[in-house]
Amino acid sequence: MNHLPLIIKREYLTKVKNKSFIIMTILSPIIMVALIAVVAYLTQLNKNTEKTIAILDESGMIASVFEDTETTKYLILDQLSLESAKKLTETQENYGLLYIGNFEEISDAHKNIKFYSEESPSINVISDLESKLEKQLTDLKLESQGVDIEKIRTSKVTVAIGQESYLGKKTSKIDSLVKLIFGGAAGYLLFMFIIIYGNMIMRSVIEEKTSRIIEIIISSVKPIQLMLGKIIGTSLAGITQFVIWVILGGILVTIISAIFGVDLLQASPSGQLLNEASNGSTNPDIVQSAMRAFYNLPLTNLVIAFLLFFIAGYLLYSSLYAAIGAAVDNETDTQQFLMPILMPLILAVYIGFFTVIENPHGTISTIFSFIPFTSPVVMLMRIPFGVPIWQQIVSLVLLIGTFMFTVWFAAKIYRVGILMYGKKPTYREILKWIKY
Amino acid sequence: MGNLLEAHNVSKKFGNYTALNNVSIAVPQGSIFGLLGPNGAGKTTLIRVINQITMPDSGHVILDNEPLQNHHVRDIGYLPEERGLYKSMKVGEQALYLAQLKGLSKSEAKKRLKYWFERLEMGDWWNKKIQELSKGMAQKVQFIVTVLHEPKLLIFDEPFSGFDPINAILIKDEILRLRDEGATVIFSTHRMESVEELCDHIALIHKSNKILDGKLDDIKREFKTNTFEIGIRATNKKVLEQELADKFTVTPTSFKTLGNELKRNIKLAEHQSPNELLSFLTSRGEVSHFVELIPSANDIFIQAVKSN
Repeated sequence: MNHLPLIIKREYLTKVKNKSFIIMTILSPIIMVALIAVVAYLTQLNKNTEKTIAILDESGMIASVFEDTETTKYLILDQLSLESAKKLTETQENYGLLYIGNFEEISDAHKNIKFYSEESPSINVISDLESKLEKQLTDLKLESQGVDIEKIRTSKVTVAIGQESYLGKKTSKIDSLVKLIFGGAAGYLLFMFIIIYGNMIMRSVIEEKTSRIIEIIISSVKPIQLMLGKIIGTSLAGITQFVIWVILGGILVTIISAIFGVDLLQASPSGQLLNEASNGSTNPDIVQSAMRAFYNLPLTNLVIAFLLFFIAGYLLYSSLYAAIGAAVDNETDTQQFLMPILMPLILAVYIGFFTVIENPHGTISTIFSFIPFTSPVVMLMRIPFGVPIWQQIVSLVLLIGTFMFTVWFAAKIYRVGILMYGKKPTYREILKWIKY
Repeated sequence: MGNLLEAHNVSKKFGNYTALNNVSIAVPQGSIFGLLGPNGAGKTTLIRVINQITMPDSGHVILDNEPLQNHHVRDIGYLPEERGLYKSMKVGEQALYLAQLKGLSKSEAKKRLKYWFERLEMGDWWNKKIQELSKGMAQKVQFIVTVLHEPKLLIFDEPFSGFDPINAILIKDEILRLRDEGATVIFSTHRMESVEELCDHIALIHKSNKILDGKLDDIKREFKTNTFEIGIRATNKKVLEQELADKFTVTPTSFKTLGNELKRNIKLAEHQSPNELLSFLTSRGEVSHFVELIPSANDIFIQAVKSN
């Protein structure tokens, strides 16, 4: 008698019909998009406010480099003492006062430059002023030594190295970035999925224990069927939720971008990374090179590996979550058992983000992409950079072997644990259950 | 009639703790079989072995002349002592789900549920959630779920705990009716008054061992002590008391009457017959009370447990 479909159906339907699940499904993307929109909007608002910076240049040699822009106006003060200039800028509520003291030697000029303001100024403003000053002073110094500035300007050369593999595939800095984004997203997605839906499975096992229905159920079905049904049903509900999130999020982003004219993708971290990477590139068309980078990814490999590692990794962890749920009576008791599960998971994400970025095929990345408890996350992050198929297969075989072991192990704990009430078991007791 | 269920030399250990030690029981077809024992004796473990929830370390179980197999879960209806339902699921959906797990088709389960809901006057419960029901109401649902697939063997572990007296009688009558319709019932409890009312056979488990089993009547016969409660009106009580003490074993008694008679428990020796006692008494005065003491299930339980 195979009741698995029946159990999966019930687990799926009860999850999906649950009110808080429905609310979370609809509300989460709205909240996320709203947050991003607010941040993007505020950043823009901040940029758009016009500020006036007063400049008191006693040397008379520098003030000319400050030209008004859309957001910053420069007010050149003349014939004022420093004290009265400070007072004036304060009463005028200017952003601040840049004071450039007189100097004999250009190399001493920097000693006499100060910025006065009511509140501490933003780093951006200061570094902007600094770079302008540095440039002007350097020019002055060069001039004083008889160098022709114009000649220096015209002889400046910029270089962006075109990268190409031996097989003739063209790559660039953008390529690595796209790979990073894909690998990072896949690894992080798995991490989030395990934490959110693993917990959901655990709670659902605990619920069956606390409501005391468990013995009625397992007089009809084998505990392992119930456990697998729970894991699969909850995962399907999770996938449903994720798909709705992606679709809803996509629609919302489009709508908001259209209404407010805010480019949310540009405001998001990955958008900013892309922008930075494209700085200094001779090819200004970022989109084109990003697209080329995307097509350069090992896409078939990526999709297949993603599915296999995602499923195996998820099942590995969720069976452990189910075992924890079976071992305890209530959620507060789960903490001490959750720690050893979360540790390798967090370790995997850290290794992914620190070592894989630095060197995707380094020793540490490679080793951890074989260890079953970290391999799903680390390997998913490595694959976009091109991992030999044999490595992927070995890692997957190890993962599946471990997964079958943990399911067996979890089923043992589950079978005994669901009938144990009362006190919180110790690790030693749980190990004993395996022999029952 | 043969036995529907036989357990042969079933043993089960949990670590160092022995839950069942070579326990054998035989449950005759169509009987109500009382599985008795103090808390922690091993009753629930034995029931879980029969339900294939726990695998025995040794020994085997025969159901309906076949070694216990997976498909037998359809032939057993089990109401555990630790019982509950999904709190946030609707009564109807939940009952359907549990019935389908026992192998009923959806349509058949629906039909039977309608019948039972009407029978136990719970017609409008279908769309209620369990958390909206009282404990007694929820137990009615559990009872229905247990019997819905018309199993050959019904196992009730402490079925009456949590029921109010009216519902307890209702459920008791349903159990008796199901027995009359051909079901065999295993009934586990330590509440002896319900054993007295319902069971024809009992087995007593104590500290993981079976210490007693058989027909309830036979066991009572075995445990009776040939003791009689007597009441007699006599002119000279002191003389009579002395005479009684010389001939028989006399102990104080506790039964009550309206008069001022001499009341005692008299235990007969092997060679003495009740008639001998009665004719002796009638020769001394007017007999108002003469009853043989039959041990109650409770007495047997306590005596058997103590002597082990």
